[in-house]
Amino acid sequence: MYGMGILKGLGVTFKHFIRTYLDDIKYAGRKYLRQENFEARQGLKADGAFTVMYPEEKIAVPERFRFVPFLVVEDPDHPERPGEDWCTSCGICAKVCPPQCIWIVRGEDPVTKRPVPQPEAFFIDIDICMNCGYCAEFCPFDAIKMDHDYELASYDRTRNHIHDKERLSKPFSYWMSIAPTTAREEAAARGGWEHPDVIKEFKKSNRTPTPVTEDWQQAKMNAAAFVEAQKAAAQAAAAAPPAAETAPTVQSAPPAAESTPSGELSPEERKRRREEALARKKAKQEKAAE
Amino acid sequence: MTEEMTLVPERADTLPIEGAIDYLKRKFPDAVKDDTRQGYSGIIVDPAHLVEVARTACDELGFNYLSSATAVDYLGIDDSMEMVYHAYRISGGGALVFKAQTDRNKPEIPSLIEVYPGADFQEREAYDLYGIHFPGHPNLKRILLWDGFDGHPMRKDWKEAYYEQETKPFDSRWPKGYVRRAEELNVFGKNVKYPADLDLAKLSDMSEEALYSGMGLGVDVSSFPAQADELQTDRLVVNLGPHHPSTHGVFRMVVTLEGETIVALEPVMGYLHRNHEKIGERNAWNHNMPFTDRLDYISSMSNNLGYALAVEKLLAMGARYQPPTYRAEVIRVLMVELTRIVNHYWAIGFLLNDLGAFFTPALYAIAEREKILDFFEATAGSRMMCNYMRFQGVAKDLPERIRSVASHVNDKVRDFNTMDYLTELINERIPRSVDELDRYLTDSEIIKERTIGVGYLSPDMAIAYSTSGPLLRASGVPYDVRRAEPYSIYPELDFDVCVRHNGDIYDRYLIRLDEMRESIRILKQILPRLEKTQGESVFAGNKAIYMPRVPIGEAYGRVENPKGELGYYLVSQGDPKGPQNPWRYHVRAPSFINLTPLGAMCRGQKVADVVAILGSIDIVLGETDR
Ligand code: SF4
Ligand code: SF4
Repeated sequence: MYGMGILKGLGVTFKHFIRTYLDDIKYAGRKYLRQENFEARQGLKADGAFTVMYPEEKIAVPERFRFVPFLVVEDPDHPERPGEDWCTSCGICAKVCPPQCIWIVRGEDPVTKRPVPQPEAFFIDIDICMNCGYCAEFCPFDAIKMDHDYELASYDRTRNHIHDKERLSKPFSYWMSIAPTTAREEAAARGGWEHPDVIKEFKKSNRTPTPVTEDWQQAKMNAAAFVEAQKAAAQAAAAAPPAAETAPTVQSAPPAAESTPSGELSPEERKRRREEALARKKAKQEKAAE
Repeated sequence: MTEEMTLVPERADTLPIEGAIDYLKRKFPDAVKDDTRQGYSGIIVDPAHLVEVARTACDELGFNYLSSATAVDYLGIDDSMEMVYHAYRISGGGALVFKAQTDRNKPEIPSLIEVYPGADFQEREAYDLYGIHFPGHPNLKRILLWDGFDGHPMRKDWKEAYYEQETKPFDSRWPKGYVRRAEELNVFGKNVKYPADLDLAKLSDMSEEALYSGMGLGVDVSSFPAQADELQTDRLVVNLGPHHPSTHGVFRMVVTLEGETIVALEPVMGYLHRNHEKIGERNAWNHNMPFTDRLDYISSMSNNLGYALAVEKLLAMGARYQPPTYRAEVIRVLMVELTRIVNHYWAIGFLLNDLGAFFTPALYAIAEREKILDFFEATAGSRMMCNYMRFQGVAKDLPERIRSVASHVNDKVRDFNTMDYLTELINERIPRSVDELDRYLTDSEIIKERTIGVGYLSPDMAIAYSTSGPLLRASGVPYDVRRAEPYSIYPELDFDVCVRHNGDIYDRYLIRLDEMRESIRILKQILPRLEKTQGESVFAGNKAIYMPRVPIGEAYGRVENPKGELGYYLVSQGDPKGPQNPWRYHVRAPSFINLTPLGAMCRGQKVADVVAILGSIDIVLGETDR
């Protein structure tokens, strides 16, 4: 019969209309309030009208979400390198950036004029940034990451849209808070929670990087323990008679620290030291084998 | 050897490519020679005989589908300009590549529009961007740029207003990257140049005659008022757009009407032109990947795939190339088929908008699309600008969980298992919503009356005009690159090439539903493959290289995009010392070429149907204008 098709179609519209209200009733007015309802509405169970009422309500962004990048710096309470840059100003991100919106002034030693692995200045023109994520993907030091904060609108384009190093820098703990899975994967690839260069240094001085099997905060605790140990070693060295029988103070602190009374050591510290000793032994054996 | 000689098929239109080339060389011994440059293929044809050779290729050898025609400027290499044609057989198989070279200072190549009407817009584009003249073209005018534009921007010696350096990466960014804005160096107002022969007064003349007489409408605008007969059915020129609400972006059509009937239609485009290809040639190979997202911004995943395939063809000529792993291929197909569904939701929704069902159907369709975009976002990091494919693989494996973390932006979170999410999406949610769309729209008498028999495109015309995708297949031509020249893992997947035979708007709507169902069928075969390859690498080789070196040569990579055949023609002239950039980066955009028959399809139709016909082609201006 002519018109049946239209009626059938209107049936669909009507069903949608009804379902929207049924959905409201189902959640008994708490459709927009509860966490569980949020997950249902923003998942595959969503039914009726599932419009997201921005800005009261927002789409939950997944971990890999990409928005204008930020620079990872060490936490301010990091005992060894508080606030230090992860970026080594190698320039790879500036080269790989498709619209060329990253500007880096490489750090320079004021005396020797030789480059130092730290950016003097770092700018990202966020008007030009296309949020492609290449900089984060190709940075060999995991020092630049994509942010989740997309509410960057401002009234002054010229002043606010070129982010400088201060604006870009965010602590490692922030990165951990927005993308724990990714951060863990990357740390596993580095071989520890610490910065890749720090891990390299550790290897030289026989310190063990904090393994990724442990919580990431452990890295800070280990560093704190290390600083403590160094302090103790310095005290011991000062207290000890300046006679020649003490071993000549070598560059690495841990061996000197061993002269402190071992009863005062915390379990973590002891564990760390044992691991270090083992690593040292292994390294020596390897050297001997060579 | 002798045996092979006797086995020569009697029909020339089934000869393999080499055989076809031999045939042409025998028939035109002086005009056709092999392209022997390193990494190149096909033949070079003497421009004087180009039309005859093309006609032979089309009529006798069966290469009747001109996929791409584009120009290359070899300034500094052999100082010539070249037109490159890729012709295919509509029955499937590889391309016959033929080229015609011309002097850079006086570039002129005969138009192939008589053999391949689909060369129309492509030759106009080459004229616009390279300044090559095509004697024989009936309407050789600029197509993407306006008349007041100085020069031909794709020429190698043309420099843009904010020119900084020949190729990226720019030296000013590192190690002495003191930031500045481009406009600080080049104050607006000082970078606008007009061609010497431009009559500025003519541009500000607002009379009908001045506005429309240059448009190639095939009618004499000035004579209209005088033609009035007793019935007063004056011819009238009506301007639709730019910015017409129904035209899917900033697009303009100038139609000549007699009463309500369309006599002629002239599409005017280029309002969104940003010289994508020039940017692409300044870019390094990797840089282009996120730019391809911005072509057809509804289906960025498949744009990525086309580019990755084209570059992989070039890389395969080198020694260090490793083809993508099986899991990478599985994920690629997963992504592009989801993209096809996304695109067709969109296309159907907006076709209904164009028919006057304002936004209710569109919103139903878009709401379902959101669920797929959520998955894209969790995997690639972005809903629309995915930038997900890499040469030799994909950027990252699927996440284990689609999970969000509470932050200062949003305190509510969600957390799903990715495979469960995908399984439910593919097995339940998408099929349900496609069926619902079908129930909702297919039988509606209003839709049928508005669309059946409207905007007819015959199969012969569809092929001749080089149309592709649903537009071609709804005209009864079962041509699908996934089957005609298979790539990725399509050969092992079980699916049908959809085809409908009436060639009108209604069939173009139906074929999109069919294709969504076929995509669901493919996706259902992908799910077990995903399970099986869990944990395998998604990238061949160690890690994506940030400045890959690409061997010298040319490559044409094409994929069946939701809107039609998307092709990338790439030329690498690898400079072994510095970072490498494409010498030529051309995008064969389906939205652009599918517009070629728009005028023909609209002739004789009512003006109210124009917008619906345009909607049924399904264009996106990011790709049309590039
Ligand atoms: S790639 Fe990483 S380390 Fe190198 S300059 Fe960029 S942010 Fe710094
Ligand atoms: S996200 Fe892309 S565009 Fe933005 S700064 Fe990084 S590399 Fe450049």
